[in-house]
Amino acid sequence: MAEVIRASLLIFDGLLALTLVGVAWQLLFGQGLFRSVLLFIALGLLLSLTWVRLGAPDVALAEAAIGAGVTGALLLVTLGRLRRMATGHARDRGKGS
Amino acid sequence: MAESLHAWPFFGSGVLLFVLGLHALVTRPHLLIKVLAFNVMGSGTFMVLLSAAARGSGEPDPVPQALVITGIVVAVSATAVALALMLRLYPILGGAGLPPGPPED
Amino acid sequence: MNPRPLSLLSGGLSALLALLLVSALWDTPVHEGVSASVAGAMGHTGVAHPVTAVLLDFRAYDTLLEMAVVLLAVLATWSLGRCDTLPARPVQGPVMRGGLRHLIPLAVLTGGYLIWAGGAGSGGAFQGGAVLAASGVMWVLAWPRRPDLPAPLGLRVGVTLGVAVFLAIGVAGLPLGPGFMGYPPGWSYGLILTVETAAACSIALSLVLLFLGGRPWRDAEDG
Repeated sequence: MAEVIRASLLIFDGLLALTLVGVAWQLLFGQGLFRSVLLFIALGLLLSLTWVRLGAPDVALAEAAIGAGVTGALLLVTLGRLRRMATGHARDRGKGS
Repeated sequence: MAESLHAWPFFGSGVLLFVLGLHALVTRPHLLIKVLAFNVMGSGTFMVLLSAAARGSGEPDPVPQALVITGIVVAVSATAVALALMLRLYPILGGAGLPPGPPED
Repeated sequence: MNPRPLSLLSGGLSALLALLLVSALWDTPVHEGVSASVAGAMGHTGVAHPVTAVLLDFRAYDTLLEMAVVLLAVLATWSLGRCDTLPARPVQGPVMRGGLRHLIPLAVLTGGYLIWAGGAGSGGAFQGGAVLAASGVMWVLAWPRRPDLPAPLGLRVGVTLGVAVFLAIGVAGLPLGPGFMGYPPGWSYGLILTVETAAACSIALSLVLLFLGGRPWRDAEDG
């Protein structure tokens, strides 16, 4: 029984490690900023799971609260400001011509 | 000494995250993606550190864990400053991407 | 250089770096690191959790400098200018504000519990501070047009509180005997908890101010 649990945990770890790399690839080389930001938040939560698997619950707590939570909010608000600036730019250019 | 096997996938994953982040930092022009790439590189480093801490037979080493907690807080501060700088650069560059050529004076 | 060859060059060099890193990590010998030294020194500190003991006692200097980095980040964003309004529409209806009225006390309780729990188990100043910061961000988002912030002086005191308390306790160790950043025997637990509470408050406030992304007052109000 213990062997089965150990083997399935090893498979879980392998899948988790592959998922991390896949999500990182998609967020860095995919199209669309909003998609990248959402995938980055998802990556933070997956990393939090990874830290638990590596026996570091303190780091997992910090990652979930800071890495995924606060950084995610920061990125989303920056994206909103970028979009507002982009529409402002377009409007100014429209007025100028 | 009996080595617990479970750290190995995360060693590889950490190295790949670092390298993917580095490649994106160099090749993607958008500054927001560059900030994300820098964060991904940091996460890869943290993963290698914590995998090394978890390799021993007993309890994981608490010193790398404390270092990584410090690193996460420093990373979010640096990210906030980088994003604020990017928003300041936007009106100057006319966009959030770096210009393709060398800067003209 | 064209983007395409540049991308190939960067990809090739990155792959080479990955191979080098893997081959370097492959050969690292397995050893216990310093966990044995930490376990041996746990008797000299007031807390029962090794990670908290490392953060706030054995390597307190790192943590002090880390909080200085957070403070510097806040000062850097403040020096870049005044924050503009958040790109968020005010939420209509009573649901968000009514929900916040219940959620924020709960978040404060959770954050406080995490700070206290760091003495004996997983938790600590940074995790507790981040939970407090999350509730602060929600508070700001409930009134995005005019966030209800303390006066500039209050913000400055709040942001520096963690570093100031930590540094004061660290310097107090010099005349009292245990040396710089040392705790007198028997006082460790209380002092660590004091430092952690001050640090968590500062970090929570700093993270909310970093979220705002600039100086939250006009120059005329300065003073």
